[in-house]
Amino acid sequence: MEREKKSAKELEKISNELRIDIIKMLCEAGSGHPGGSLSIIDILTVLYFNHIIHDPKNPDWDGRDRVVLSKGHVCPALYAVLSKCGYFPHEELFTLRKLGSRLQGHPAKDKGLPGIEVSTGSLGQGLSVGVGMAIGFKLDKKPNRVYVVMGDGEQQEGSIWEAVMSAGHYKLDNLIGIVDHNNLQIDGEVEKVMGVENLEEKYRAFRWETIRINGHNISEIDSAFEKAKKIKGKPVAIIADTIKGKGVSFMENVAEWHGKAPNKDQAEKCISELCNLIK
Amino acid sequence: MVKTFGNKATRYGYGEGLVELGEKNPNVVAIGLDITSSTTVNLFKERFPDRFISIGIAEQNGMGVAAGLSLVGKIPYVCTYGVFAAGRCWDQIRTTVCYSNCNVKIGGGHGGISVGPDGATHQALEEIATMRVIPNMKVIVPCDYVETKKATIMAAEIFGPVYIRFGREPTPIITDENTPFIFGKANVLKEGNDVAIIGCGPMVYEALSASEILEKKGIKARVINIHTVKPIDTETIIKAAKDCGAIVTVEEHQVMAGFGSAVAEVVVQNCPVPMEFVGIFDKFGESGQPEELLKKYKLKDVNIVEAVERVQKRKR
Repeated sequence: MEREKKSAKELEKISNELRIDIIKMLCEAGSGHPGGSLSIIDILTVLYFNHIIHDPKNPDWDGRDRVVLSKGHVCPALYAVLSKCGYFPHEELFTLRKLGSRLQGHPAKDKGLPGIEVSTGSLGQGLSVGVGMAIGFKLDKKPNRVYVVMGDGEQQEGSIWEAVMSAGHYKLDNLIGIVDHNNLQIDGEVEKVMGVENLEEKYRAFRWETIRINGHNISEIDSAFEKAKKIKGKPVAIIADTIKGKGVSFMENVAEWHGKAPNKDQAEKCISELCNLIK
Repeated sequence: MVKTFGNKATRYGYGEGLVELGEKNPNVVAIGLDITSSTTVNLFKERFPDRFISIGIAEQNGMGVAAGLSLVGKIPYVCTYGVFAAGRCWDQIRTTVCYSNCNVKIGGGHGGISVGPDGATHQALEEIATMRVIPNMKVIVPCDYVETKKATIMAAEIFGPVYIRFGREPTPIITDENTPFIFGKANVLKEGNDVAIIGCGPMVYEALSASEILEKKGIKARVINIHTVKPIDTETIIKAAKDCGAIVTVEEHQVMAGFGSAVAEVVVQNCPVPMEFVGIFDKFGESGQPEELLKKYKLKDVNIVEAVERVQKRKR
């Protein structure tokens, strides 16, 4: 099924608009994770608007590709992009983290938010789920693809490598893993907390293909997905170098903004900076 | 003598049940975490090689893979020894499988101290507690080979996560094809109003045997098999408490937070009566022959009789 692809310019605009949504959601919620949400949003935007096969009006359609947000704490970014695609109304975004909301602090399948494939939030588990989905599609000879979004700190979880090993073993070329490599986790720099490099060599050693990109360059992201979809006989890891807090000057590369919501004043500053990017 | 139909390990009920189910339902797949011959999953692997997925010695991944398979329409049965199935990947079971209410069936082998010479590392004594505490999880502890087979087949009919516990050693078969097996419904195997002995797993045989010893002493015990530990049959437990006024629970598992505790939760909230527990009391197992271990850890019919005598003294 061919779709009309959006241009890099259009996607960049959408992505920055979604950044504003993320800031507003987090400010309204009073808690949450801006840093990683801002580092992953460009990738999610390109993925949802130009690559995955889906039907937001029919979220349970069998033919859809599956997206697993293994780094569940950046769900504000996922919620924003889902809403933009039309999975649920825009105003619902601002119920994030509130009592009775379908937009839980971490993605919750049982709350029935369209587009959420599985509950995530305990790190290191999503890739295994993706492997299971990809094996299931292969068993049924279905063309669906599976995309799993992980963090770089998350690569410290041993279960990630169990999953990486099994994906390579089963030559799951319908599985694409994305590592949001923003170099920061709660305690500080990933390489200081527990080094994970060299990620490309590690994935290749486990029989994956790897593509390294600038995770904020829309064209690079777009061509990485194009390339990844064409690779046969191997799963593909897209290692995306990103900036935590990307788009907001005072949040960029500051570990403190991993899990802290901006207050009203800070949010206004964020939004005014982001509005300048959209102009 | 308790009427039995020979001896067979409950684990064969799992493997054979899985094959029978596989014949009927093409969506059933099995995940192997090595040790497929001792868990009897090899029976499925040989019959349906294309629907068998080997994940190796990687339980956490195996559980996540099972969740993923279930989310694309498969009914995955993932199996290893209970200590690993319920322990190594508890977080995967809680957050990925149960919180998402994935249609995953978990077979937990080597349940109980009767695993024998392998010792404490392989004797699962905590899974009833750690599994029943998770929302959405259902827990079945079949009493014999026949019931394990029925439970394995039936688990595919219940949507959502199910944990099935079975053992390594041959144990007496006390049910047959015609014995009712209804999910969530306890079976009263013997009537009596002096005391209720409520058991799960192969310990139900010991309970029946104890009831015969008690009968000679003039005590009529009601013997109840609770194969579905969660959701537990509250009605049958409350009736037993009211009719008998005293209860002894029997399990090859830690009493703390285990099966006896599950029964006690029902009793204290509805009809408090004196209770005694037969089970493992906050100890790890050890190496030894199964029968030696059951004796040492006071899990035999005579120990149930002693518990009945204690509870009767406390009866009002």
